[in-house]
Amino acid sequence: MSTDTTTAEAPPLTPIIKTAEDGSHYLAGCKCGACGKLFVGERKICAACCARDQMKPVRLAETGKLYAWSIVHRSFPGVKTPFIDVVVDLADGAHLKGTLEGVVPDNSALAYDMPVKIAWREAAPVNAGGKTYLTYVFVPA
Amino acid sequence: MSDVFIVGVDMIKFGRFPDRTVPDLAAEAALLALDDAGLTIRDMQALYCGNLGQASGMVGQRMLAEIGQTGIPVVNVANACATGATAFRDGWMSIKAGLYDLVLAVGVEQMGKGLLGGGGGVSPEGLIGSGTMPAMFAHIGNEHTRKYGTTFEQFAKVSVKNHHHSTMNPKSMYRVETPLQEVMGAEMISFPNTKLMCSVNVDGSAAAVLASEAAVKRLGLMDRAVRIRNSTMTSNPFEDRQMAMPDFSGATRLAAKVAYEAAGVGPEDINLIELHDCFATAELVHYENLGICKDGEAGRLIDEGVTALGGKVPVNVSGGLLSKGHPLGATGIANIYEVATHLRGKAGQRQVEGARLGLTHVVGGGPGMGTACAIHILEKV
Repeated sequence: MSTDTTTAEAPPLTPIIKTAEDGSHYLAGCKCGACGKLFVGERKICAACCARDQMKPVRLAETGKLYAWSIVHRSFPGVKTPFIDVVVDLADGAHLKGTLEGVVPDNSALAYDMPVKIAWREAAPVNAGGKTYLTYVFVPA
Repeated sequence: MSDVFIVGVDMIKFGRFPDRTVPDLAAEAALLALDDAGLTIRDMQALYCGNLGQASGMVGQRMLAEIGQTGIPVVNVANACATGATAFRDGWMSIKAGLYDLVLAVGVEQMGKGLLGGGGGVSPEGLIGSGTMPAMFAHIGNEHTRKYGTTFEQFAKVSVKNHHHSTMNPKSMYRVETPLQEVMGAEMISFPNTKLMCSVNVDGSAAAVLASEAAVKRLGLMDRAVRIRNSTMTSNPFEDRQMAMPDFSGATRLAAKVAYEAAGVGPEDINLIELHDCFATAELVHYENLGICKDGEAGRLIDEGVTALGGKVPVNVSGGLLSKGHPLGATGIANIYEVATHLRGKAGQRQVEGARLGLTHVVGGGPGMGTACAIHILEKV
């Protein structure tokens, strides 16, 4: 079960999800001041150029294009299938994995580079005893 | 530095042995390899043992407790799907370094059925895509389709080929023909990988006895020796998309480049390849990563039978991970067994005629983990 409304209580499902002081959510990234690489999540050292103490926090873009996908029919116990597992190239150059909602899980409904955007959800993951977490999904833009 | 040779190598028939122990499975392969070399555990100066499932369980020492405790150094290694190859390479390095003349490398795994991973704890599975192996390798196939138009049918043909090859391998888990329609019509796991396009989780073990040139000559073992022309390992170099989709190509391309250069050969010189076909999609991508065709030509290779037994570069004539099975820690030595057996001219019905140079490749890892890749180039003596 997932819902479009978010509450202050639901913890983030992944550490890259942040909540600003005004209650809005964003995805944390960082950019290397030495080589310019953009990373999903926070880090101190650049994995690409090895520079130390050059990382600056950024908010990741919330729109992007579909790079690759798979329709997952068999997953771990308790996970509802089918769902669409996607790799998205974000507009700022970052690359993010996620689930695509709002599209029929059929290859004919999917196309390379189709525009997508981030939406926020509260959902109960498997093995969480029904507790809900704040997560992101991709939806058609 | 001495050349290093394989003088004994073998594997057990892969299968499901829930009532046996990991050290017991390892011991069986170790004794087979020692017998193949005509040597005993008393002749071994060190043991390198690869296993994932009991990585903290001292599997090498427990195996010696079953076959003879001579006090030799034991190194237990775990390195994803490159675990067995890592143990083998550690043995190779110890002889290269001049420390030892004769060492034993063993790879072993006992596995359950079904999807790898998915252990306890709150999981983002399904909410933030999928962390299953079939889905990861589906993305890699889908990326190939994006770049080159590779079709579901072309990926499926890999499974048809490897299952066919396995019918000629008595040590394979499965030995059943799987026609194209059956592969494509099997249960869809993660498009485009159907169940028959996923490697088989099995129990298995494989082992090799490695020797310096001096030891080979002293013991008169040149008649059974296979030269290790090169041993190369890599991890995943930084790749832009790595956080969204694990990268198995960068490490493989880097390892192939280093291995070919160091061995002084090119992909056109290789007579057979055992590569890491953990999923049907992976095999096609690795044709290009290993340089046996240009980027974008892998689909044509499978269409034209270039990589089937009888083709120019037979790939996975053992049946591969798709049919022979994929006991994680054993795979990297089992594929060395396969290539060595062809170089010795002892592969029976599936023999690649005139094989002089062969290549083995394993690459493993997982979401957020990184990649371990190993390539060995082996040469007929």
